[in-house]
Amino acid sequence: MGHPTSPHLLRAYGDRDGDGMVQMSFTLQVPPSAIAKEAARQFAEAHGLKEALVTAMEECGPGFTYFVVYGHSVHHVDLSKIEVPEVDIPDLDKKEIEHRIEERIGRKVVVVGACTGSDAHTVGIDAILNMKGYAGDKGLESYKWFDTHNLGAQVENEALLARALAVGADAILVSQVITQRNSHKENARALVELMKREGVRERFLLVFGGPRVDHKLALELGFDAGFGPGTLPKHVAAYLMTRMIDRQRASAFPGKAGTAHE
Amino acid sequence: MDESVVADCRRLAAEIADEVQGFIDRHTTVGVERTVARAYGIDGADDQGAPLVNLLVERVHAQKLLGRGIAFFLGRELLRGAPSLQEAAERLAYGAAPVDPSGPETLAQIQAALAAPTLAALARIDAAVHERDGKRERLAMGPTPHKYVIVATGNIYDDAVQAKSAAHGGADVVAVIRATAQSLLDYVPHGPTTEGYGGTYATQANFKIVREALDAAGAELSRYVMQTNYSSGLCMSEIAWMAAVERLDMLLNDSMYGILFRDINMERTFVDQYFSRRLIARAKIVVNTGEDNYLTTADAVEAAHTVLSSQFINEAFAHRAGVADEQLGLGHAYEINPWIEDSFLLELSQAQLVRQLFPKHPIKWMPPTKHKTGDIFHSHVHDALYNLVGVTTNQSIELLGMFTEAIHNPLLMDRYLSLKSARYIFSAAKHLGEELEFKKDGIIERRAQEVLANAHAMLVEVQREGIWDAIARGAFAEVKRARDGGKGLAGVTARAAEYVNPLLDALEGRA
Repeated sequence: MGHPTSPHLLRAYGDRDGDGMVQMSFTLQVPPSAIAKEAARQFAEAHGLKEALVTAMEECGPGFTYFVVYGHSVHHVDLSKIEVPEVDIPDLDKKEIEHRIEERIGRKVVVVGACTGSDAHTVGIDAILNMKGYAGDKGLESYKWFDTHNLGAQVENEALLARALAVGADAILVSQVITQRNSHKENARALVELMKREGVRERFLLVFGGPRVDHKLALELGFDAGFGPGTLPKHVAAYLMTRMIDRQRASAFPGKAGTAHE
Repeated sequence: MDESVVADCRRLAAEIADEVQGFIDRHTTVGVERTVARAYGIDGADDQGAPLVNLLVERVHAQKLLGRGIAFFLGRELLRGAPSLQEAAERLAYGAAPVDPSGPETLAQIQAALAAPTLAALARIDAAVHERDGKRERLAMGPTPHKYVIVATGNIYDDAVQAKSAAHGGADVVAVIRATAQSLLDYVPHGPTTEGYGGTYATQANFKIVREALDAAGAELSRYVMQTNYSSGLCMSEIAWMAAVERLDMLLNDSMYGILFRDINMERTFVDQYFSRRLIARAKIVVNTGEDNYLTTADAVEAAHTVLSSQFINEAFAHRAGVADEQLGLGHAYEINPWIEDSFLLELSQAQLVRQLFPKHPIKWMPPTKHKTGDIFHSHVHDALYNLVGVTTNQSIELLGMFTEAIHNPLLMDRYLSLKSARYIFSAAKHLGEELEFKKDGIIERRAQEVLANAHAMLVEVQREGIWDAIARGAFAEVKRARDGGKGLAGVTARAAEYVNPLLDALEGRA
């Protein structure tokens, strides 16, 4: 393809370096025809696919056509310019986490969790908080040094915050599974706004979790951390423990508060 | 297969259901009574969207009078001069004075006043049955396994477009997935809806819109296309009524699903499921039970027997509500970890076992979901093996797997490709099951024996402790629910000696 390559510039790899080979599949609202096929080719080219080849064109509903297109993507990404924030979690087991809380915090860490808004899917919050846990890793409820309150599904932000205040929570865990029309982001953002309005945002560690959640998104929404698929309860436990100790140190030495909130 | 073990499973399930049926027959719920009101034609909502049937039933319940049945008060209001049941309901719901707890009217008079409206309610169900029979006779039905797909846009008008597309792509059954919040709403929203997350609200108007779309597609295709929705959650019996009169063909309906997966109170669920199934039986709707869900929380190899024992229990409850075997789409699923050795053989074994134990039942077979990832190409292969087991073991209703299962609600083309793959496999292996004999004492046969034996042992245990305690200790799906916990318990009330429900009497064959 004649494009310059460097260790940092990354192009899609088909069967030789730099060919940029990519496949796309999509539906256009048009019946199959020679014109439709050309439309699909141009559509792919508009996405940066050179020498686009329409390899499948089938009617997938009355007036709708499904296409598969291959082409050489002209785009590249520069690896050296990519930054991905990641939650900094020490790799500790349950016993060590318990030990550190006992030694350095000396009281139970109080956690309130819920699926907020209309989301009825408690699988995520249950995996982290409930006794049973996930993939053989016991949930926070099984920890002696966590006091957990799993409020379950369809909890309004107001109710969640009220409960967190009532039980004197250190951390609030929000789980969102349903992502249709970005409802997960809206619910999460609304909670942050509510907490700011009430002037209590800084009082809590605020953690976001779900299949479409990552740390970057969580930070953008005003949370302290985000956890995505594959997260084990001990990851969340270790994070909460570490940040609680940070906070304690920050309040003991206010001048060295550091990055209480990124 | 040891037929005596199978017979004993059915005996145990019958005893388990009988114990609960005694409770059911002494209780009613706000959901049941709202259903009765709807069946008497009471319609409408106030400017806040609160349905009249809710206001009516809540008012009577607040005075602790619901044990007499809403029909008692509606019938009495007719005797007191209300020109119609709608007017009677409005007087009771909106009247300035509280509901009169006493009066000279006798039960016989009240029953007599309701005789004609009860017949009219039954006639509405029967008319829908008659219309369905006629259409199915004129239009062919697709072969089994019936290909079942879901649409879930949140907007009923988009759903109707997608439903038609699915029918054109070969779907035999179209489900409109319900908005996630609805199962816990203690009322049924009114009118057509265009906003919903995770799906679209089940409303009577929405049922009608999709029915029309599927009838139109069916006429174009000369093939009857079935419609399904969810008779589950706090309003399961009201939705059963709506589905009955709007001519839905199937309903997701389970005796225990709401308890386990939506944390709805058990007493509430058992009473509600019974009345919903009485309506379903009359409406000749096929139910789809929810045992497939057990395998999403528990391991599919270890918990296979819990599915089977629950199927026996669901069958026993359904029989007590007059639901015929031919209406009983017992659910199960292809959820074994695909990477364990012989996972395909274990799935084949379970599917064949269910098929043989429930020969007349339109078994509902669910696709892999738990072990799906964002690798759509592998996911498509996973679904292909699922389809192969489905056609080989002659499952009746097959919800098609989607290769984007772990990613998003299916796109138009996702559904198209899924249907195309199923069409290919169902045709390519159409008579495979008839050609196969399972090796005596082989992996498949031994696995089936093991699952049956474990299911029997579990039923022995559940029968001994009773279903209430069995659920409380987490026997099903590893979910624990307390008898006095969960949502909707406040809506359960004991029937009074003068309980009036002529519709139930008729459905039970006592009128």
